[in-house]
Amino acid sequence: MRQRETSIQLAHGGGGVMSRNLIRDEIVSRFGRGPLEGLPDAARISIAGRELLFTTDSYVVTPLEFPGGNIGSLAVHGTVNDLAVSGGRPRWLSLGLILEEGLPFEVLRRVLDAIVAAATACDVRVATGDTKVVARGQCDGMFINTSGIGDPIPGFRLGPERLRPGDWVLASGTLGDHGMAVLAARAGIGIMGGPVSDSAPVHRLVEAAAAFAGGVRFMRDPTRGGIASVLNEAVEGQAVGILLREAVLPFAPGTRSAAEMLGLDLLNVACEGRLLMICEPGVGEGILETWHRLPEGQRACRIGEVDDRGGAVILETVMGSRRLVDVPQGEVLPRIC
Amino acid sequence: MKYVDSFRDPAIAAPLCDRLKTRGAALAARGGRARIMEVCGSHTMAVGRHGIRQLLPENVTLISGPGCPVCVTAPGYIDAAIALARRGVTIATFGDMLHVPGSEGTLGECRSGGASVEVCYSPRSARDLALARPDREVVFLAIGFETTIAPVVSLVDLALREHIGNLSLLTAFKLVPPALRAVLDDPEIQVDAFLCPAHVSAIIGPRTYEPFARDFRKPCVIAGFEPLDILFGLCAILDQMVEGRASVENLYERVVHEDGNPIARALMDRYLRPVAARWRGLGQLPDSGLMLRDEFVRYDAEKRFDVPVGPGRESPGCLCGEVIKGKRSPLECPLFAQRCTPTDPVGPCMVSSEGTCSAYYKYERRMRA
Ligand code: SF4
Repeated sequence: MRQRETSIQLAHGGGGVMSRNLIRDEIVSRFGRGPLEGLPDAARISIAGRELLFTTDSYVVTPLEFPGGNIGSLAVHGTVNDLAVSGGRPRWLSLGLILEEGLPFEVLRRVLDAIVAAATACDVRVATGDTKVVARGQCDGMFINTSGIGDPIPGFRLGPERLRPGDWVLASGTLGDHGMAVLAARAGIGIMGGPVSDSAPVHRLVEAAAAFAGGVRFMRDPTRGGIASVLNEAVEGQAVGILLREAVLPFAPGTRSAAEMLGLDLLNVACEGRLLMICEPGVGEGILETWHRLPEGQRACRIGEVDDRGGAVILETVMGSRRLVDVPQGEVLPRIC
Repeated sequence: MKYVDSFRDPAIAAPLCDRLKTRGAALAARGGRARIMEVCGSHTMAVGRHGIRQLLPENVTLISGPGCPVCVTAPGYIDAAIALARRGVTIATFGDMLHVPGSEGTLGECRSGGASVEVCYSPRSARDLALARPDREVVFLAIGFETTIAPVVSLVDLALREHIGNLSLLTAFKLVPPALRAVLDDPEIQVDAFLCPAHVSAIIGPRTYEPFARDFRKPCVIAGFEPLDILFGLCAILDQMVEGRASVENLYERVVHEDGNPIARALMDRYLRPVAARWRGLGQLPDSGLMLRDEFVRYDAEKRFDVPVGPGRESPGCLCGEVIKGKRSPLECPLFAQRCTPTDPVGPCMVSSEGTCSAYYKYERRMRA
């Protein structure tokens, strides 16, 4: 057997199995008591008797600008979405900028303008911030960190342990657009009709589902590793599994062409503005109806069900056969967000 | 995406599956069975991704062949690449090679230890790298079958025209037909027919397979990677077997032309000459590889830096050699999904995105439980 790694590899950040092992072995083992336990997208903390949601995320996407957004809009949406899928109403953001010597002002201004526009659209305020500059070569253009604080929306009781056979799996829109847009921009295949990032907030979708909160069991925004990662994590070690139907999975044509060209499975590719929800069958139709009334929910649909195949995510192909939907392993797509 | 969807149409798949069943039954009626080797790693992945194995009759088995370029690369080659990286050369490579175990470690580990190893998405990025860093020697890991050889040697063409002096290739190019012959020559491997690779055939042309059909009586059918392509290909093979025929059929005419791609072959011929090559699993096979001709020796990293590529040592306990030959299925390997996973691969078949073990792991490991 080969030696274990003695240092961090890029694959440790890919959102796959290696990332999960790193976080389990090095982070959770040290900090995993209290609010960090179970690694929620946002922690539930309580200050002077008031419950709040608290989250943080760093953004290192390359290139800084891509079809459908830039690192600034992404830094707002990513953090807003972590709060939203934890059943929260996003309120305040912090903004940490690390700028590389030589970054054109033009680019910086476009990124900052995108932050303002995104924050306004999400109804969140940037409450505090920090700016550092490092020498050329010590970061790549710019890195951003945002932390977010939100109010819990009453009624949501979320957790993968609540999944039951027969539950519906819903997706709020097309899958894999963000990852493909960034990759295509990186590969220089910026074609007409090519993939466009779905970078957007999902908090309105969450608000819309609040009327059915009691029937909602699980919410996530499928970022790194795509829906394959999120769903596998949801059923890992559980008595239930998930069956997806290939025939109904929503994909944008440009995204699908690019994925076929690059030989990627879109189930493994990141979204940055989609909501993946698992709910009781009784509320599924109602949630889909309210989503369809929102512009960001036009293509929402049911993509599969929870079944009793413990721990496995299976895809029923259009051929009528079935195959495993696996967690991507390591360095699938580095620096996608 | 209409184009792709028309090759995944369930309404066409259903009658094809029925046809497979009746052909399978016809074979079974005379006590026959079909062991069909899908030669190419991309076919192996497509079979897994579309769940094709489940659509086959019981007496029809698909076995994976030696068509994953990363998998057949011998460990000594990785050792040579690591030795170069340790000497301060920049290694440019396709991503899969990072995690292939050499005798001691992987290039990925070597990179984490500070060596300069860059992942390229196309051979051209190796040239960009060499131009961007004129102070460094850049060595591109030039592996692959007929499909990738032409684009890779075009790097030498570019380097010559653009006077790039700091770029060279560590070559381990391999040819598919000699490997198929080695498979047929091995009395322990039972293969009744070949599902021939799509893109390799686009270069070498269908006629190359004629000796296998004529002399060995093995049906050879060229098919694309879409599920319907594969189902059509399997039907054509079973048709031949039921009727007692063995011929070369090209069902991928939208890409594979009668005489292949003469332009690519001419480019290969200009820069490369045949050489005996070492294959993981198959061993040393005469004239099964290509190396740079003597006049281009300055682009041959093995000579330029004097790093001989030895046989190396294969990972103990790993059955990759047997898997590559189609002798064993990954499920027969005691390490499969236990000690050997894509995160911590023991052999290259678990590393490469086209490797047989990785295809089984990714798409089928829990389907059988
Ligand atoms: S499962 Fe792993 S150890 Fe076994 S043959 Fe495949 S790569 Fe080698």
